[in-house]
Amino acid sequence: MSTMNQLLIALFAVVLAPAVGALLQGIDRRINARMQSRVGPPLLQPVYDVLKLLGKEGVILNRTQVLYAWIHLAFLMLATVLLVLGQDMIMALLVVAVSTIALILGGMCVRSPYSRIGSSREIMQMLSYEPILVLLVIGIFMTNGSFMARDITLAGKPLLLTLPLIFLAFLLVTAIKLKKSPFDLATSHHGHQEIVKGITIEYAGPYLAILEVAHWYETALVFLVLAAFWATNWVVGIALAIIAFVIEILFDNLCARLTYQWMLVHMWTVGLGLSVTNLIWLYWK
Amino acid sequence: MLGCIDRSPWIVHYNCNSCNGCDIELLACLTPLYDLERFGVLHVGNPKHADILVVTGSVNHRNARVLKNVYDQMPGPKMVVAMGACSATGGIFADCYNVLGGIEKVVPVDVWIPGCPPKPEAIIDGMVKAVGIWKSNPAFQAQGGAARISLTRRPPAAPVQPAAAPQPQQQPQPKEGSPDGRQSS
Repeated sequence: MSTMNQLLIALFAVVLAPAVGALLQGIDRRINARMQSRVGPPLLQPVYDVLKLLGKEGVILNRTQVLYAWIHLAFLMLATVLLVLGQDMIMALLVVAVSTIALILGGMCVRSPYSRIGSSREIMQMLSYEPILVLLVIGIFMTNGSFMARDITLAGKPLLLTLPLIFLAFLLVTAIKLKKSPFDLATSHHGHQEIVKGITIEYAGPYLAILEVAHWYETALVFLVLAAFWATNWVVGIALAIIAFVIEILFDNLCARLTYQWMLVHMWTVGLGLSVTNLIWLYWK
Repeated sequence: MLGCIDRSPWIVHYNCNSCNGCDIELLACLTPLYDLERFGVLHVGNPKHADILVVTGSVNHRNARVLKNVYDQMPGPKMVVAMGACSATGGIFADCYNVLGGIEKVVPVDVWIPGCPPKPEAIIDGMVKAVGIWKSNPAFQAQGGAARISLTRRPPAAPVQPAAAPQPQQQPQPKEGSPDGRQSS
């Protein structure tokens, strides 16, 4: 691939990813509403929200907070570009981690108790899912013999067949990343008001819009990774990702939010247990 | 940008001195039967994310400061909806020794929803009216709808005036946080 070609693909990904993310969130809210026998907002509601936020007055407590929001967004964009260009997956994982850390620091740099509670919960969430993501990448390496995302089809068969348990563990990670119950701890994102929007409480107007757009990227990234579990045929992959999304929404409606201790314990026992079992099976196969 | 405000008005709800009747009705509007979310209305619970402040109950000496604080924390443009009889006039509590009256004494009100408590249809109508007022505001339209309206968090620096200078006749200003050319009543 020529450099020009790669640049074009990167640009395309940066533009397309938030569009996909916004649409997915619109569908998400719609399905959510239908599950509660409501009509639900229009499909483009996330876009309307962000456009409105961009026009509103910005209220912040300090300049650093805004910088962290931008870092959060920029590193998520970078991770999207890295994955789409088929680069190193460990690198992409660390780039996503940096973006989450920027979000945490953004919540910590203000003197607001709710923001700080949200940040410390976000740390707990990171602590819960990062090991599983690392094991996911190791599992992909054991299947393909390569850490590069472009070699994801090297083994010739879909990842889901070699990493079925890690896929289940990744569904738990997806629930955390998409801010779904029972793991909706750091932001109380969907209608819950326990810590009044937690980590995002001190962002208003356009600065909140940055975080919302970042969440679009995050949603698109999660969707991409879910689809990559059947990367030999992307149609099946996307169908798989859609099924996984509907399962997430179903569990969002079925579960109440739980405590971070519960999350940590179960992610480290159930999630890590599933992943390690899968790796041992791969090793002895 | 702000053209989308009528598509996603986020509300924050403050109970001033209410008997909880209005609050229950407001929350009932968010349930599947009335489903305010189909208009993009979200109950965010955080004044910094909200566009509409819905106040129930009358103002008294203790909560006037709190109400003002919640209002000041909201980024502009913002609308205030007074919900129920108490927030309009003080309602049944108007004669109590500690009650100041309607919330208009503390924050500028855009829409009053009458009733004790108001019907859910009236509440939905009130929300729609509130964003409608903002959209039809001449100051808003003059700025092309994309103006970034700025609220001063600190009081503006007062010019030092000579004591003998005659003060110009000033209109009574609305509260400091109404930058949008809102009609003060």
